[in-house]
Amino acid sequence: MEFEAVIGLEVHAQLATASKIFCPCRAKPATGLSVGESDANLYTCPVCAGLPGALPVLNRKAVKYAVMAGLATECTVRTESVFARKNYFYPDLPKGYQISQFDRPICEKGRLLINTSTGCREIGITRIHMEEDAGKNVHLSGYSLVNLNRAGVPLIEIVSEPEMKSAEEAVAYLRALHEIVIFLGICDGNMQEGNFRCDANVSVRPHGSPVLGTRTEIKNINSFRFIEKAIDFEIRRQIEVVKSGAKVVQETRSYDPARNVTQTLRSKEEAQDYRYFPEPDLPPIQVPADWLSEIQQHLPELPAQMRQRFQKNYGLKPQEAAAITASRALAAFFDRTVQLLGGRAAKAAANWITGEVLRLVNEAGQQIESSRITPQHIAALVELTAAEISGTEPLVSSTGAKQALAEAFATGEAIQEIVERLGLKQVSDSGAMESAVEKIIAGFPDQVAEYRSGKEKVLGFLVGQVMKQSGGKANPSVAQELLKKKLS
Amino acid sequence: MIQSIREIHDSFDRGEKKPSALVAEYLARIQASPLNAYITVCADRALRQAIRADEVLLKAGKVPRSGQPLFGIPVGIKDNLALSGVRMTCASKVLENYIPPYSATAVERVEAAGAITLGKLNMDEFAMGGSNENSAFGPVLHPTHPDRVPGGSSGGAAAAVRANLCVVALGSDTGGSVRLPASYCGVVGLKPTYGRISRYGLVAFASSLDQVGPIAANVEDTEVLFNVLAGHDSRDSTSLLSEVTAPAAPFSIAGLRIGVPAEYFVEGVASEIRTAIHFKLQLLESQGARLVPLHLAHSRYAVATYYLLAVSEASSNLSRFDGVRYGVRPQAAVEAGELGAFYRATRARFGAEVKRRIILGTFALSSGYVDAYYHRASQVRKLIQRDFAQAFSEVDVIASPVAPATAYKLGERSDDPLQMYLNDIFTVPANLAGFPAISLPSGEDAAGLPIGLQFMAAHSNETLLFGLARQLEQSLKEERS
Repeated sequence: MEFEAVIGLEVHAQLATASKIFCPCRAKPATGLSVGESDANLYTCPVCAGLPGALPVLNRKAVKYAVMAGLATECTVRTESVFARKNYFYPDLPKGYQISQFDRPICEKGRLLINTSTGCREIGITRIHMEEDAGKNVHLSGYSLVNLNRAGVPLIEIVSEPEMKSAEEAVAYLRALHEIVIFLGICDGNMQEGNFRCDANVSVRPHGSPVLGTRTEIKNINSFRFIEKAIDFEIRRQIEVVKSGAKVVQETRSYDPARNVTQTLRSKEEAQDYRYFPEPDLPPIQVPADWLSEIQQHLPELPAQMRQRFQKNYGLKPQEAAAITASRALAAFFDRTVQLLGGRAAKAAANWITGEVLRLVNEAGQQIESSRITPQHIAALVELTAAEISGTEPLVSSTGAKQALAEAFATGEAIQEIVERLGLKQVSDSGAMESAVEKIIAGFPDQVAEYRSGKEKVLGFLVGQVMKQSGGKANPSVAQELLKKKLS
Repeated sequence: MIQSIREIHDSFDRGEKKPSALVAEYLARIQASPLNAYITVCADRALRQAIRADEVLLKAGKVPRSGQPLFGIPVGIKDNLALSGVRMTCASKVLENYIPPYSATAVERVEAAGAITLGKLNMDEFAMGGSNENSAFGPVLHPTHPDRVPGGSSGGAAAAVRANLCVVALGSDTGGSVRLPASYCGVVGLKPTYGRISRYGLVAFASSLDQVGPIAANVEDTEVLFNVLAGHDSRDSTSLLSEVTAPAAPFSIAGLRIGVPAEYFVEGVASEIRTAIHFKLQLLESQGARLVPLHLAHSRYAVATYYLLAVSEASSNLSRFDGVRYGVRPQAAVEAGELGAFYRATRARFGAEVKRRIILGTFALSSGYVDAYYHRASQVRKLIQRDFAQAFSEVDVIASPVAPATAYKLGERSDDPLQMYLNDIFTVPANLAGFPAISLPSGEDAAGLPIGLQFMAAHSNETLLFGLARQLEQSLKEERS
């Protein structure tokens, strides 16, 4: 019997707001702090520490970010949504309940396009709801400590429909979602630090069966690679269980990357009754139509749209467009550069940015947006080198251009000034070059004879010598033309 | 004789008394009092505040007239409102040693208005109860009949005001916890419109019903305290942005429509109470008020609705007292190193009534029952709100007894929680529907126990309630003299 897998993902994304969701405490440093660090519990107040009598006040920015996530995934945004209390006991949950959303989440019924080796497909998004993050338990020998720095950091939980059929699709979905939240600037997306966390619901069923199999939930997997491996393992495990005549047990499992297996964390019998009810301390969240359309209008261009635009308007190849949209900063840098060029030579600009610029920036361990390189630099370089702008005779050779770029990266100086200062302009003027060409013809009689006897390959050598003679300034195509003329 | 705020300020102005001397008198009375009205007395803090007030008074020569309506006035604060640096127990063993690092907005406002905080007042544990017998720090005794209860849950507050152990007090009212003890002790208590006074720093019992409320010996002082407390607070999301409704004209009894619901003057209410209230209403009628018979169809469901919602919210609100941050840690549990044992040891410290309500609330919210209990109660709450909205379109105020009986004997009802719950029948609608209600002393029964009359008004109509309350208070005063 053939089996097929059914996968649904629940993603928790920490929203990159300056303050927490229900109090003014800083939300940014609240990641991965160990107890050894002196600032444990530093970013807390009566509200996020759950002191008796303290009350939550909603961070409007968090609502805006949740709405942005909803709009970017084509969700319906509720005009009025409701916070609910999710009641359970755990030491990292200071109030004994988590403020979350239950039956009236802020966004519902969206979709996301994914690309896999089998093509492009749409995955449904069931809902996106807002909630607060919990603190962090730190277990030491014989005792545990609680760090509440993370308690109250805003989260959105994005729940997909159980529509993915393979680990590859699951990862594609996750990558698409990850890219969106980062492009929107609403989440830092660092999986290691827990900014972006994923739980996977996996079940298998005989191929074509309309009935879903019993599912297991794999909790808190913290990299794309592990998600793929965990789901792959879990699918294989469940198929084996079913084939052996046994039944898959509904349970929560964890993934052990060291052994590449999933294992039981807790069974369904231990499942909690969260006793949800509407949070009486918070009025319903209002997203009036005018605010919604304002958010919609200011929604940044999404990476998929951007790639399409770059391909359509600038003639980039799909892989070039993908490379340039690897980050929002890179894409913005490219956009600005092409704007400065008036839309000309976009391909050349893309090549410079994804090639030489990224190499310099990465080698120095910098970010493009904070480096000394600006779109003005690249636009200037392209003007000096690209054939479609400077005609057939670029003003600076590619070697010279790289040299100028390295200099600009180090000093921030304008390209034109660097080119002048270092004398990187190519010599294209035939008159000035004639003497150099004649010198070479005189200096390399053997090679000249070879060329004249039909060995055309030797021409390259002679052009190289002219270049050398000119200190790299000679325009090689002009040199070649001149040599050909003289030797014919 | 209990002095009013105005009288105290006059004595300050005339130089007859200074704040520190006044505070010292109050502290001495508290120390000598057998009522057990206070859980924590902050004598040193109060005296320091008083000495600063002395200096202000000496310098200015008289009471500052602006921004300090409570200048030098000794207040008591129910022990479920946080005062930074002063132990707050909620009358529970769980919070026996808890010192909050911040102050409630209501407390901040009272102190900013010049009040001097004498201490934290006894109450039913986590405000759950109507007799003040559910305190881990012992019951409060009735101020004039020590074998009886003072009412609850703000029993310490009402008893302290009546026994002059503070001039005014801050209570909290979830289902009658300000109005019931005010009525039992013969003082004035107001449950304001929901959202009128910030709940920030008030330990939650049932968040959608809780309101801070003023208690004082007379209507004027209640209004002064109310005006200090009322107003928007950005730290409480349920705090109202709108102001108290300003009446078009000064209060006049002529033509005032007073609704008299048939459901609230029935057999179960002591005949002495019915008689006393009818007499007061007739008095007001003789002055020009119109008595309008009313029907409130869903009022018989109010107690059941109230208790389902209150216990549900309470079961969640009290879950933070899990022992991780609160409560004495029993060594055995710590050594057992097991989280469950840890939680059990701390939560065993809750009193019987609190445990009962946590269990009821957990049940009412649990999967499979939440529709029949919590959700159904939420629906009935809306019907009750509709009843009252309809009623307030026909009348200006609604009159009722505060409770079906006057103060009962200590221990008399301890074994019958249901009987205790039914005692809240007239007070819970104001909490369920969010409108304001005031409890006013209205004579005494044959045993000399105070009888309370309740007036309820539409949302934000506190000013109307105070006007009517002053009218009645004045009439009764004239009648006596």
